[in-house]
Amino acid sequence: MKALHDFLENRIKPHFVKGGRLEKFYRTFEAFETFLFVSGDVTKRGSHIRDAMDMKRTMFHVVIALMPVMLFGMWNVGYQHYQAIGQESGLIDNFIFGLLRVLPLIVVSYVAGLTVEFIFASIRDHEVNEGFLVTGLLIPLVIPVTTPLWMVAVATVFAVIIGKEVFGGTGMNILNPALLARAFLFFAYPAHLSGDDVWIYTGLEQGQQLVDGFTGATPLAMLTTGEIENLPSLMGMFIGSIPGSVGETSTIAVLLGALILVATGVGSLRIMLSVVAGGLFMGLLFNLFAVNDYMELPAHYHLVMGGFAFGTVYMATDPVSASQTGTGKYIYGFLIGVVTILIRVVNPAYPEGMMLAILFMNVFAPLIDHYVVQANIKRRLRRLKT
Amino acid sequence: MSENMDNNKESLFSLKNRKLLSNPLSKENPISVQVLGICSVLAITVQLRASIVMAISVIAVMGFANVIISLLRKTIPPRIRIIVQLTVIASLVILVDQILKAYVYDVSRQLSVFVGLIITNCIIMGRLEAFALYNKPWPSFLDGIGNAAGYGWVLLTVGFFRELLGSGTLMGYQVIPDALYEVGYENNGFMILPPMALITVGVIIWVQRHRDRELIDVS
Repeated sequence: MKALHDFLENRIKPHFVKGGRLEKFYRTFEAFETFLFVSGDVTKRGSHIRDAMDMKRTMFHVVIALMPVMLFGMWNVGYQHYQAIGQESGLIDNFIFGLLRVLPLIVVSYVAGLTVEFIFASIRDHEVNEGFLVTGLLIPLVIPVTTPLWMVAVATVFAVIIGKEVFGGTGMNILNPALLARAFLFFAYPAHLSGDDVWIYTGLEQGQQLVDGFTGATPLAMLTTGEIENLPSLMGMFIGSIPGSVGETSTIAVLLGALILVATGVGSLRIMLSVVAGGLFMGLLFNLFAVNDYMELPAHYHLVMGGFAFGTVYMATDPVSASQTGTGKYIYGFLIGVVTILIRVVNPAYPEGMMLAILFMNVFAPLIDHYVVQANIKRRLRRLKT
Repeated sequence: MSENMDNNKESLFSLKNRKLLSNPLSKENPISVQVLGICSVLAITVQLRASIVMAISVIAVMGFANVIISLLRKTIPPRIRIIVQLTVIASLVILVDQILKAYVYDVSRQLSVFVGLIITNCIIMGRLEAFALYNKPWPSFLDGIGNAAGYGWVLLTVGFFRELLGSGTLMGYQVIPDALYEVGYENNGFMILPPMALITVGVIIWVQRHRDRELIDVS
């Protein structure tokens, strides 16, 4: 370690500091330096007490919390593939197959996004933020495994520039960048993000063919088209061996991630609970006034289908784009749940409503906060007067 | 602006007059700085051809409307000036609409109601109110043309990118080679939707503010 540090400090750094040949790339160098070692910069005046929970550590907690869904997603990609071609496969086969399919998505998303981040950091002369570590991993997990790589790159660049950098970079964004990337793909290349053919990597080689009765439809698509009798079992959907975006299928893996997020204090339990409450509320409301099969679907089914669990735990809790106030978080989360189920059941054009619901409520989050703060001021003024 | 009135011996293309023409293109751009006339930018920029026709129509309407109102400025009673302005604009728009129908029928169909809606384009009313009512015909003409051109170039830029990326064509001719489609390229369906027009205008505003720092409004 010491040798590496000395090597960086004495051999590499002089090229990048002011006056060096590669002065322009100082921020790039700095990012890698602080990635390996703690930043050498110290405060110049006065003393500051800082929590060890800085942005880098927060982001890493989220990345760790994403590991269960990522690993399960990789397994599921392989499992769905071998099921589709009717081939027996073991746990390892499934996982290796999925790894080889998902890894390129992750690499492309990181390379594209970090390139933009580095360019903006150099232009604006600030440190490269760690925020993209999470976004870069979220993007591959919320898209189908068959998405072409160049589209992933385009969507990532769009999300980082239009979703984040125009507003001033990490911490200033109105919308969740990862969801923005998905929304961009959804509207720009709908053929690759909806329908029945994209969720499972089939990639038939010679001599292989799809099993009889293979549809590739997600549970939500089945419900939208009225094939309610083909729905997988509740347990199957809870475990997650169903078609869907890479990371969203397994509720059990998401719960594991939620445990990590809540235990480390990174994710807001208030938001998670209120999203679930909102979803259940709307589901029950539909049950009460049911006029078709979809509306009669038990409310708890909604929680394990599609991206509901994933969105609740990883997307809705994004500390930047969510509401900041305590009461605001309840309102924000509850409305996400309500709108999601509303879109799912009522609008046949969008089988899944989680993405649109969260983006929609992201826009409203500042408004909710404003009224919560105003109400608080009013309440305290009244107390003062009495 | 009103100081133009007392300067009778000014040459046709004095610095002040040239400014009338060039300022709206950048520093006082009706779309990117004053944020007026956004609706038509969102509606008709899917195809570059429609954008060009729209830009030319607005230039014609604004140029003439400004001149006419400027000529009438001393006879229009202030209390009914808005309705007079609207009558002038509406007559010009009907003229433009008839000409489009006669010569470029397909584009006219494509623009549909938006030719008629030039009447409600806030830029035109704004310039009549703010400039033509108080200035002589020639400066008013320049001001009208300048503002319409400022509107026009934003329209063309947005139309260019939306058609190129959304349909892979320019003016209806395919420009993205087939070879690119064969390796997996696809047209961006988002570009055809109105939100992307708004984002494109946003990017234009961003680039402009970046280059011209004094436009940044910190308040």
